[in-house]
Amino acid sequence: MAEEITVRTTAELDSARTLAEGRRMHAISSAVRYALLAGVGFLMLYPLIWLIGASFKTNSEIFANPGFIPSEPTLNGYIDGWRTSTPYTFATFFWNTFLIILPKTIGTAISCAAVAYGFARFEFPGKRILFATLIATLLLPNVVTRIPQYLLFRDLGWLDSFLPLWVPSAFAGDAFFVFMLIQFLRAIPRDMEEAARVDGANTLQTLIYIVVPMLAPALISVCLFQFIWTMNDFLGPLIYLSSVDKYPISLALKLSIDTTEAFQWNRILAMSVLALVPALTVFFLAQKYFIEGISTGGVKG
Amino acid sequence: MARLQIRNLEKVYSNSFKAVHGISLDVDDGEFMVLVGPSGCAKSTTLRMIAGLETITGGEIRIGDRIVNNLAPGQRGVSMVFQNYALYPHMKVRSNLAFGLKLKRRPKPEIEDATEAVANTLEIDPLLDRLPKQLSGGQAQRVAVGRALIKKPDVFLFDEPLSNLDAKLRASMRVRITDLHKRLKREGQSSTVVYVTHDQTEAMTMGDRICVMKDGCIMQVADPVTLYNRPENAFVAGFIGSPEMNLMEGTLAVNGGVNIRLADQVLTFGEDVGNRLDVRGGEVLLGVRPQHLRIAANDEENALEGHVSHIEFMGHEVYLYVDVGDIRLVVVVPSEQYHPEDIRDDRIRLIPRETAVHIFDRETGRNVSLSANA
Repeated sequence: MAEEITVRTTAELDSARTLAEGRRMHAISSAVRYALLAGVGFLMLYPLIWLIGASFKTNSEIFANPGFIPSEPTLNGYIDGWRTSTPYTFATFFWNTFLIILPKTIGTAISCAAVAYGFARFEFPGKRILFATLIATLLLPNVVTRIPQYLLFRDLGWLDSFLPLWVPSAFAGDAFFVFMLIQFLRAIPRDMEEAARVDGANTLQTLIYIVVPMLAPALISVCLFQFIWTMNDFLGPLIYLSSVDKYPISLALKLSIDTTEAFQWNRILAMSVLALVPALTVFFLAQKYFIEGISTGGVKG
Repeated sequence: MARLQIRNLEKVYSNSFKAVHGISLDVDDGEFMVLVGPSGCAKSTTLRMIAGLETITGGEIRIGDRIVNNLAPGQRGVSMVFQNYALYPHMKVRSNLAFGLKLKRRPKPEIEDATEAVANTLEIDPLLDRLPKQLSGGQAQRVAVGRALIKKPDVFLFDEPLSNLDAKLRASMRVRITDLHKRLKREGQSSTVVYVTHDQTEAMTMGDRICVMKDGCIMQVADPVTLYNRPENAFVAGFIGSPEMNLMEGTLAVNGGVNIRLADQVLTFGEDVGNRLDVRGGEVLLGVRPQHLRIAANDEENALEGHVSHIEFMGHEVYLYVDVGDIRLVVVVPSEQYHPEDIRDDRIRLIPRETAVHIFDRETGRNVSLSANA
């Protein structure tokens, strides 16, 4: 009897020990995992963190001090950078960017929704060929069309204006967005649209009242992509804009590089930080819809 | 207030598949017409053509005195309830109900009154401020019915509205919809209904008349009782009724009595069947419903002998599966009339009720035993 108890106790002790051991192993493995993830995450974020830190440094400290915490924090970079060396402040450049982004994003949303609706829901002669063309333009490298486009816009007299930068997109020129919306629409059952038609809605009303609200998550992603990509677009403005007063931010950042003899790095970095703010803000505000939009099947029937 | 007339309606798809083969059907004002048939019989296509969601290849559809072939769905004076509700997911129930009236630019107070009235009728008033995803299946279907009701259409179209609901809910919705129909009729509102289903129980319990379809053709249009008692062809006979009617291949010969040779046995029927027949012989299908076969007493003659392969006890009745030669028969016996001792060594003798026997031409499926009673 006594022996039995001892045996059992040993067994229990053993199992308790294994349990504790398992728990400890689990804790260790989690710790290692998180440490690794945090390390890699930090590595990825380091340039951004350094950028923000350096924007508060003096110009001389940037190269002297490799760490990201400035020894004498200063706002000079921001103040001087905002003024720029041109007659315009950065406010002008932000405004220019806004003037390009606003019509471009809105135009993209409207035109792409309409075109995608047409492709996804209607049968019309030549649909296959048109759709194939759409996909083909997706595969076409951007660079290939630059020169013909430039010549076209020159003949239209649109050079040195914002028009070449947003008009093509506002007429569903971005095949990628059209394609994305078509795919999204295909996953939505047609019943709601049919119900709307029986309720007396015409094609346009169906699009506006039924399809667009159901497409909302995808449309938000489209707008967000367009916003960020336009914000970051350097080549487009570089090719088409020549007057400084029309420069958007992406070009204006370069401006401070080649007009000053000695580069004022702190100004450039400070303005880069500001240039990041709109895109990041918009992204975080719309994050929920954005993720819903790019993951398929976001809408339940 | 409108009757629906369909004349020689045809549908050919772009891949030249002919789905609807020139059907004609009249639905009277205030009538509850059920289209029923197996899947792929084009009942839904027909309904969608009435609604205007499918183009019409041939023939015409008339609602009231208008030909609606080329009218947009919204102008036809129809409203439709879909199988998966098709509620607008981004609108609250209230807006879902009001959408049709809003499109018609009715004044706001009128829309509000109508919404309230419909919500009251269907007992969905507590749900008005919910989104469709917050509704259960039964609630969503009630909202969908409400959306159809609010427009006061000439014709209501239902496309398998209950098939997404569980059995219990289906039964209660069935009653609710028929009640609603009766009430509309009583109140003198337009209440013509075309209701598509593949479920014969729904068809039999709800329809004033039933249109049985198969492969894009109408097999028979009749009220439920006629359809059950006097099926015009073997398809309708087999489709309506549960369990299915037993159809046995045999050879008919009329010489004095009516003799039908089945497998290696001969059944003889008397005048009742003889008077009804409009042929004198040939290859036929003998149709007897499982409920119309009874177990023969020992000394009775002219019975069909078979072998019981298994027995299902359903509570109020017993299903016997009987093999007669190669033919498998189902027999339904009320529990109180079922005595296990009637079956000896798995052998059983069955007698069909003569007044309820049907004989079909094997080639065409036409019921050849309807004439005298017609």
